[in-house]
Amino acid sequence: MDAINQSILTWILLVPIAGAILVALLPDRAKLPNWVALLTTLVSFGLTLHLPAHFINGQPGFQFEINIPWIENPAIYYHVGVDGLSLWLVVLVGLLAPVGVVVSWNAIQERRKIFYSLFLVQQTAMTGVFVALDLMLYYGFWELSLVPMAILIAMYGRKDGPKAALRFFLFTFIPSAPLLVAILWLYARTGSFDYVTLQLLLAHGNLPAAAIFWVSLAFLFAFAVKVPIFPLHGWIADAFSEAPVAMAMVIAGKLGLYSLFRFHVALFPAQARLVAPWLIALGVIGILYGACLALVQRNFWKLLAFASVSHFSLIVLAIYGLTFTGWTGAVYQILNDGVVEAALFLLLGALELRYGSCEIGEFGGVAARLPRLASFFVIATLAMIGLPMLNSFVGEFIILSSTFTQVSRGWTIAAALGIILGAAYMLWLVQRLFYGSESTLTAAKSPGDLNTGELLTLIPVVVLMLVMGLMPGPWLAAIETSSRPPALNETAAPLPPSVLQQIKSQVSSQIASQAEVQR
Amino acid sequence: MTQVPDIYRILPEVILTLTGVIVMLTDATLRPKTPRRPLGWIAALGTTIALWASLWQLSLPVGTGFYSTVETSPFTVFFHVLICGIVLVSLLLALDTLPEDSHHQGEFYALIVFGAVGMCLLTGAVELLVVFIALEISSIATYILAGYRKETGRGPEAAIKYFLLGSFATGFLLYGIALIFGATGTTQVYEISRLVATSQSKGLIAASLALMLVGILFKVSAAPFHVWTPDVYEGAPSPVVALMSTAPKAAAFALLLRVVYEMFPTLHAMWTPLLWAVSILSMTVGNLAALRQQNVKRMLAYSSIAHAGYLLAAFAGLGTSGIAAASFYIAAYAAMNVGIFAVITVAGGYDDKRSLIEDYRGLIYRAPLVGSLLLFFLVSLVGIPFTGGFFGKFYSFSAAVDNGAIALAMIGLLNSGVAAAYYLRFALVSVQRPLEDSLRTVSAPRLGVAVGAALLLAAAATLALGIVPSETLRAAESAAHTLQAPPESAPQADAPPTQTQP
Repeated sequence: MDAINQSILTWILLVPIAGAILVALLPDRAKLPNWVALLTTLVSFGLTLHLPAHFINGQPGFQFEINIPWIENPAIYYHVGVDGLSLWLVVLVGLLAPVGVVVSWNAIQERRKIFYSLFLVQQTAMTGVFVALDLMLYYGFWELSLVPMAILIAMYGRKDGPKAALRFFLFTFIPSAPLLVAILWLYARTGSFDYVTLQLLLAHGNLPAAAIFWVSLAFLFAFAVKVPIFPLHGWIADAFSEAPVAMAMVIAGKLGLYSLFRFHVALFPAQARLVAPWLIALGVIGILYGACLALVQRNFWKLLAFASVSHFSLIVLAIYGLTFTGWTGAVYQILNDGVVEAALFLLLGALELRYGSCEIGEFGGVAARLPRLASFFVIATLAMIGLPMLNSFVGEFIILSSTFTQVSRGWTIAAALGIILGAAYMLWLVQRLFYGSESTLTAAKSPGDLNTGELLTLIPVVVLMLVMGLMPGPWLAAIETSSRPPALNETAAPLPPSVLQQIKSQVSSQIASQAEVQR
Repeated sequence: MTQVPDIYRILPEVILTLTGVIVMLTDATLRPKTPRRPLGWIAALGTTIALWASLWQLSLPVGTGFYSTVETSPFTVFFHVLICGIVLVSLLLALDTLPEDSHHQGEFYALIVFGAVGMCLLTGAVELLVVFIALEISSIATYILAGYRKETGRGPEAAIKYFLLGSFATGFLLYGIALIFGATGTTQVYEISRLVATSQSKGLIAASLALMLVGILFKVSAAPFHVWTPDVYEGAPSPVVALMSTAPKAAAFALLLRVVYEMFPTLHAMWTPLLWAVSILSMTVGNLAALRQQNVKRMLAYSSIAHAGYLLAAFAGLGTSGIAAASFYIAAYAAMNVGIFAVITVAGGYDDKRSLIEDYRGLIYRAPLVGSLLLFFLVSLVGIPFTGGFFGKFYSFSAAVDNGAIALAMIGLLNSGVAAAYYLRFALVSVQRPLEDSLRTVSAPRLGVAVGAALLLAAAATLALGIVPSETLRAAESAAHTLQAPPESAPQADAPPTQTQP
């Protein structure tokens, strides 16, 4: 079992790549690429389930850790591991992968080999971002995740794919330039890319405070674009409305929010506290702004894009509230958003496939034609707006209550207003799409209701929403294990001198050996 | 040191010369109608042997031969292997893509090999007159190759432009050599390095350094000496561009490393800001100009100018880290640039049937393999991790950051953001659905053994440099050790020069 625990993360990273190569080599016959991709994603999902099964709640630090040298100079390690923060995110990526394949089953008819190959590479890149504990490794996966996404947006865009792809790519790629400089600077000063070492050194080392502040800003900027945090959301509407459904599911949110947690708040707690008031303000603005824009969209993908901005901003609010409860709620809410949006994307994708339109105004009275699709959509909508018993309620409740009691009442009330707006745009969307009189479009076509494959995917997702809403305990228990950043609502406790000395000598010997190599 | 016969010091050059002579003489004795393709294979074979001979030179003790004019060291071996590798890939590429009926095919192969002789010698020479001769050998071969497509107007235009500007630049270099001879009384690199430190004629030495830099920076097409690049690349046949955008540049960068780090380490404070300015200028000019290009080869020409800029950023690093970073970057750049020009040759045709970016629309639909390779090389040029392009930039900019040149690294990385825009525009056009009525869109090219091997070699090298860069970096570091590092007390570089805009 130890051997499996030691290598499970490597397998989770390698299986999709192997699947991608297999898809690329096999001929594009019948549904062969689809089946290979489905099989690969199911296998990798199965592998991710090993993690929660053997995760030890309450054990501090990282688990399933692998730390072997990769490149000697600069010292880059293949260092991966999960803690309570990333555990469920890895599982979520694993879960969304087969859902993505099912969504694309009929929607992608051309160049399936390229589509599924890149889709699988994307899986590896995303998982890699969540498990990497070496800054360069992390940066590698972070950048790698851009490429398949940009290419697929360009290839399968609905109207102007290349433009949206270029915009998406540059929006994320340019901010990663300061990020890389910041990482290099940290390395030049500390001689380490290792997350754990850096965390300790930053908390207790003697690095110049002003420079660290700029470094932390560079990190923050790169992640804020990816979330996106208001006012850096310029890419998201186009990307959502052009990307293939399976890719749009994973495009926003998770990566950026996780990175804010792991590589901003937890790595630079003191600096994060300095900028927290600004981010709380931006978060609340984002909640309201996203919700208002969602209200006036005519295209349901764009509506979903701005709804996401609104929902992710709530999580940003929770992260920068800097309370432990808020963080637990935030991580939980990242998972909830992932699950709920997967269902919404699947259903809207099914709708678009059947009617060939994504303009809300062209629909009407679909519920009479496609009752199953409509009822599933209503359930997902209710989950999205935070109905009790469904999953989002738990997350939103934890976030808002902790913010209200521990951070700021004013901001919380404003944020709660956004939730009301959220109910408005989602319910209005349901009403316009599924009820009312039949539009010419719905009258003209009579497509079939959800097929078996879609049902087989949707039912587990909906069950998951219910379970996560009714029994949040097991999930929260693991999340609360997440390695507590050293400065959580208390001043950084000084490390025992012996430990500090040990780290310092370790690092200085590293630097010395490096200098030797250079000489 | 005396035990090593002098001839071993130039063994790869000798092998290449013999190969070239054999190819040329055989070509002259064959009937006009006889196919010349076997000559290409002979040239490729000779280059491979030369490559092994260079590796074998590692077993020789480091030292000079022929009265201290040529050197063998890990540094020269690194660049010899690199240049022979590039030449090999270019030859394989030309083998399958040169039109069967083209005249002077034999000469073409011979010229490539002779050019390689010059480039290899350039990296090994430690005597400025030998440097000059080597540079001329390599330049003259490339001048002729650039104009190889005589039947089009652009070919001769490219050759003449390249020749005129190139000889002008070589003139600068020669002038610089003359001045340093005047100041020190020698043309031997180590002697100069020793004498410069104590020499009284500071003005003469500074002028000499400046003139030599002009000559070399022209060869690497760094701004503001870059104007020839787009025209020449556009006019020259694509397999030749694959060669001349990489191998002569690698040789010239080797010379630049030798000049600044080995000959003038004491003038560190003078050449660092100069190279900084050129670096920033090259990146910015190259990238901004590339943004507006519609012609693929012109765009890649400007991109190569920008890459010269990224590479020069490594020179901000002191001593070994800077040299190693620059050497690594050259290798990574060569791998991906040869690769992308190989793809351009295959997809665009030897005769540039498809020269505009728009003509590549739908490449991935019509030719999935070539299209995927194009994407891969473009991704590497953008500098995405797990490709050689990333580690090239990484080492280059981390050398700069190590030395406190954070501003330079920042400008460089923001520039690579700009560069991503035009690489990606090209990539995204190639994945779009082809227009049905377009006659110019690419049809699936047939891949021969030779060109397949060329593409495979380039792709494998690019991928390997991105996943396991350690070996190459170690080679680059041991290369760096053999170049004399500047004294540790060298003054810290000042703030970057302010004139970043052209």
